[in-house]
Amino acid sequence: MVIPIVACLALVAGWELCVDLLAIPDFLLPAPSMVVAAAIESGGRLLQHGLATLGTILGGFLLSIVISFPIAIGIAYSRLVSNAVYPLLVASQSIPIVAIAPILVTALGTGALTRLTVTFLIAFFPVVINTSAGLLATPPELIDLARVLRLDRRRELTLIRLPHATPQIFSGLKVSITLSVIGAVVAEFSAADQGLGFLIVQSSAFFKVPTSFASVSVLALIGIVLFQTIAFIERRCFAWAAAVKLN
Amino acid sequence: MSIAPPVVAIKGVSHAYRTTAGDEVVALKDLDFEIEKNEFVAIVGPSGCGKSSVLRLIAGLQRPTRGQVRIYGYDVTEPREDIGFVFQRPTLLPWKCIIDNVLFPLQAARRTIGADDRQRAMFILGVCGLADFAQRMPHELSGGMQQRAAIARSLFHDPGILLMDEPFGALDALTREILGIELLQIVESRRKTVVFVTHSIPEAVFLADRVVVMTGRPGQVTEIINVDIPRPRTVQHQSWPQFHACAERIRSHIYGNRPTSAAHF
Repeated sequence: MVIPIVACLALVAGWELCVDLLAIPDFLLPAPSMVVAAAIESGGRLLQHGLATLGTILGGFLLSIVISFPIAIGIAYSRLVSNAVYPLLVASQSIPIVAIAPILVTALGTGALTRLTVTFLIAFFPVVINTSAGLLATPPELIDLARVLRLDRRRELTLIRLPHATPQIFSGLKVSITLSVIGAVVAEFSAADQGLGFLIVQSSAFFKVPTSFASVSVLALIGIVLFQTIAFIERRCFAWAAAVKLN
Repeated sequence: MSIAPPVVAIKGVSHAYRTTAGDEVVALKDLDFEIEKNEFVAIVGPSGCGKSSVLRLIAGLQRPTRGQVRIYGYDVTEPREDIGFVFQRPTLLPWKCIIDNVLFPLQAARRTIGADDRQRAMFILGVCGLADFAQRMPHELSGGMQQRAAIARSLFHDPGILLMDEPFGALDALTREILGIELLQIVESRRKTVVFVTHSIPEAVFLADRVVVMTGRPGQVTEIINVDIPRPRTVQHQSWPQFHACAERIRSHIYGNRPTSAAHF
């Protein structure tokens, strides 16, 4: 724990020193002290926009989960669904969402729907892939156990396949939450009147770079907290997975 | 007076399957034998001879391409409730503690688990030497203990028939011996019909009343040998002449003309 904190502090100190010694103007690279000052000054706005972005992140993330799980189950249980859906999924990821975002704005407007859609499109893929892979990787002896105990397909899924797939599913969720943050910001760049992405664009346009940096810092903080929350839930609820991985 | 049907009846059973390449592999050919109530029958043979396939047919996990597999006179079409199955790997659910694993068949049968169910599970764990480990998770136990837990699970609903597919195969030789004796203790006090698949000749002779010797590709029954050793079995019985005679007989079938001496020319 100590070493990362020390490294961070060293980085920040080095940054402050550089800006000071080299007399870099604050619209190019603000010193950390300036960023903190801007953050305190715009505290209210940062909070307001931060909450808006958080809403988009969580909304897109939950949407990803709700839509990805049925698709993943379909892929795992049906050859037909797998063959039909997989190519579409891969194709959807080959198109950079950053490129479609403006098109979506034209189609859906600048409201929450667009933001959620963009976030979802960026964040759902790892959940589908990891969940279906996890379901398909159930060891054959556990499937045999399910058959010997006469479990029907639905209960084989809920009692055996899904629990066994949780480590894999959580890997997908961790990637997905990180992508949800990116997705929300991309959405706010393209079309928003609120959110940290919007704040970054607006501050930069007015050369209020310290405020941009402050927004970026808040974004990074949100990303870290959300990722660690999922990691924490994984450790608490599914401690067996970590132990088995070590074995 | 009507004669009760044998517990397990295999008649004219052949089994073939298609490989991914599309070829047909005949796993079993014209098997015929019966197993009576409370008999302990071992099926022994080299790898790939189809002995696990026979067990899976009896368990109802597969249907034979030809012939009949009957339990208590009824055709086996799917797994039955009165059968306990022990796999080669412990196959415990890693996210449940040991006692919850033992109770899992109840959960699978959609029955609510009551206090007396838990008591029964604790009792069975005690019989299998795992009373102190009821709340532990499977990964905290050694391989031998995990397999004991799997055996406890298969015994929980007191099945009349126990099917065991090389249950000690993944364990070291010392643990195998210990668990073999424990298994006999459990089975002898509880009157069960056991079908035990193994690739170890001494293990088969030590545990069983009769040994079905199979040779492979395609799998066929070469001989069914009676083991003439009284019960309860002890480690001393392993030095009896009958023990060696049986083992020799089985060995001659399985090894055939292959050299059994380390001498070379």
